[in-house]
Amino acid sequence: MSANIRPAGILDTNYAQDIALNRTRTDKLISNGLFALLLLIPLLTTEGPFGLNLIQQSWIGIIIRIAIYVIAVQGLNILVGYTGQISLGHGAFVAVGAYSAAIMARNLGLPFWLIIPLAAIFTGLVGLLFGLPSLRVKGFYLAMATLAAQFIIPWLLRYPLADFTNGSRPLEVPIPTLGPLSFASDAAMYYIIIPLSVFMMLAARNIMRTRVGRAFISVRDNDLAAELLGINVFAYKLQAFFLSAFFAGVAGALIAFETNSLSLDKFTLNLSIEFLAMLVIGGAGFPLGPLFGVAFVNLLTQDIIPARILPAVGPVLPGLLPFIDPVNINAAISPLLFGFILVIFLIASPRGLAYRWEIFKIAWKIRPYSH
Amino acid sequence: MESDSFKLHVDHISLSFGGIRALNDIDFSVRKGEILAVIGPNGAGKTSLINSINGFYTPQQGKIWFEGQDITRTPPYKRAQRGISRTFQNIALYTNMTALDNLMAARHIHMKANMLTGALFWGSARREEIEHRRHVEEIIDFLEMEAIRKTIVGNLSYGLRKRVELGRALALEPTLLLLDEPMAGMNVEEKEDMARFILDIHERKGMTIMLIEHDMGLVMDISNRVVALDFGRKIAEGTPDEIKQNEAVIKAYLGQEA
Repeated sequence: MSANIRPAGILDTNYAQDIALNRTRTDKLISNGLFALLLLIPLLTTEGPFGLNLIQQSWIGIIIRIAIYVIAVQGLNILVGYTGQISLGHGAFVAVGAYSAAIMARNLGLPFWLIIPLAAIFTGLVGLLFGLPSLRVKGFYLAMATLAAQFIIPWLLRYPLADFTNGSRPLEVPIPTLGPLSFASDAAMYYIIIPLSVFMMLAARNIMRTRVGRAFISVRDNDLAAELLGINVFAYKLQAFFLSAFFAGVAGALIAFETNSLSLDKFTLNLSIEFLAMLVIGGAGFPLGPLFGVAFVNLLTQDIIPARILPAVGPVLPGLLPFIDPVNINAAISPLLFGFILVIFLIASPRGLAYRWEIFKIAWKIRPYSH
Repeated sequence: MESDSFKLHVDHISLSFGGIRALNDIDFSVRKGEILAVIGPNGAGKTSLINSINGFYTPQQGKIWFEGQDITRTPPYKRAQRGISRTFQNIALYTNMTALDNLMAARHIHMKANMLTGALFWGSARREEIEHRRHVEEIIDFLEMEAIRKTIVGNLSYGLRKRVELGRALALEPTLLLLDEPMAGMNVEEKEDMARFILDIHERKGMTIMLIEHDMGLVMDISNRVVALDFGRKIAEGTPDEIKQNEAVIKAYLGQEA
C-alpha cells in the first residue's frame, strides 16, 4: 500500500534500493535513532545509573510487557493476518514456550541464550502438530480445532506433567546469567528483551517480504490459485503454524525469565482471545499491526484506564452505577471501559491502527499537494 | 505411444460429479509449440477439462500425459513445477498484493529462500529477490504494466487484472500455458491487446498454448487448431477452417434444423 507512494524527488535507480526497508538516509537515521532512544530509557529512571527522574520506573515494566507481547502477537499475525488461518490456542503455545524454558533452566541447567531458541523450536513443533487439522478444515471449524490446544496443553501441564511443572502451584524459574552478569532486575532484562523483540519483528518483516511470506499471503488470498500455481498449500499452512508457535515460544521463554515464576492461571483461553483482540485492533496482516495493537491495549489497561480515567470518574461512579457494589467498582469498571473503547475503536477503524498509520504516511509523503 | 511432438496428451478421460458427466471419453493432443483453442457452448466441459489438466480435478477414467509422462495423479503444485501454468475464467489473483508481488509470488517454484534465509534477508535471500525481480520486470515490460507495478491488484480494472493474471502465469516460466477465457468480458480494444500478447508469447517464447475462448472470430484468427466440445464430448478437432465447416459444431452452436 505505502510502497506505491514515494515522496517527490526520491528515485530508486536499482532494485536493491527499491526493496530496502530504509530507502533513504533519513529513513535509516530515524529507525536507528528510535532504537537507540529505546535502549536509553532505563538510564533515565530513578533507578538508572545517573539517578535521573525523567521517566518513571513503572514504564520499564510496561515497555518490557509490550515488547514480549509484540513477539507473541506477531506470531499470531503471521498465522492469522498473513496466512489467513485462525488460532484460538496461541496462549497455550506461549505456555509451552514458558514451561519448556523453565524446565530446561531448572532441570537441565542450560544457559538462557540456548534455552530461548530451543524452547521456540519445541513450541514450533507443538504448533505444527495442532496445525495438522488445517489440511482439512477452514475458518470456524479450524478455530474449534485449535481451541483443542487451549484445553489439552494446560491440562497436560497441570496434571500428567505436574512433576516438572509444579501443577497448579507456581513454578520458580532461575534468574538468567551470562558469565558474571546476572539479569535479576527489570532494567537488566530490558537489554535482553528489547533487542530480541526488535530482532523478531525484523525477522518477521523479512520473512513476509521474501518467498515464504509471499507463499503465506498467496494461501490467504487465494489458496486454490496458489496450489495450481506451484505452492504446496498444506506445507505452507504447516510452516505458518510452526512459525507462529515459534514466535509464541520466544515470548513464552521471555515471560519465564522475566517473571521468574510461572503460574498456569496466566495462560488461559482469555490470553488467546486477548492476543487476537490486540491483533485486530493493531491491524492484522500489517507488519506493524502487532506493535500498534499491543501498545494500545497495554497503555489502555496499564496506564490510561487505571491512572487517568479512573481517578477522574471514580468519585461519581457509585452514583452512576448503583447496581455495582461500591467496593468492587474500580475492578468492575476497568473491563467495562476497556470493552467500550474496543467497540468504539472497531467501528471507527475496522482494519486496525496500522492501516490508519499507512494512510497517514501516504498523506504525509504527498503533502502539501494531495492530488 | 507417446510421440515426441506432443506436449500434452489427454488420453480418453472421463470426469463425473455425482450423476453428471462433465467429461466423457475426451481424447486429443496438444502439439509442441502450437496454439490450440477449445471451444464449445456453455457447460460443454471446457473449464472442467483445464481443471483436469492442471490437477484440480482428477478424472475417474483415462490418463493425462505431459511431455511423455503420466501426470494423472500428480498433485497440482507439482504439475506447476513441471511447467504447466494457467489463468482463470473468474480472475483468481492474490487480491491484496501488488501486481509486482503477484508476479513474484509466481516465481516461487524457481526461488529457494526458506524461513531462515528469508528471516536473515541480507544475504542469499536478498540476492535472490533482486535476481528474480529482474525476470519479473521483463514480463512487466513485455505486458506493458509498468504503471501498475505497485498497485494493489484488487484496485485495478478488470482488463488490467486479466493482464496481471497473464503475467503471473508467465512468471512461472511454463512450457504449457492454459488460458481459460482470457478475453471474456473485455471490450474490443482490450481483446486486441490480449490477442497481441498471446501471439507475442507464442512467437517470442515458443510457448505451447491451450486456450478456451468464446469469441469465434478471435479463435479462428489466432489458433493453429481447434477442439470443439459439447455436453462433455469431443465433437470435432481440426484446423479453424475445418471447424468452421464442421456440421456437428454448427449444430452445437445453432441447434438442429427442424
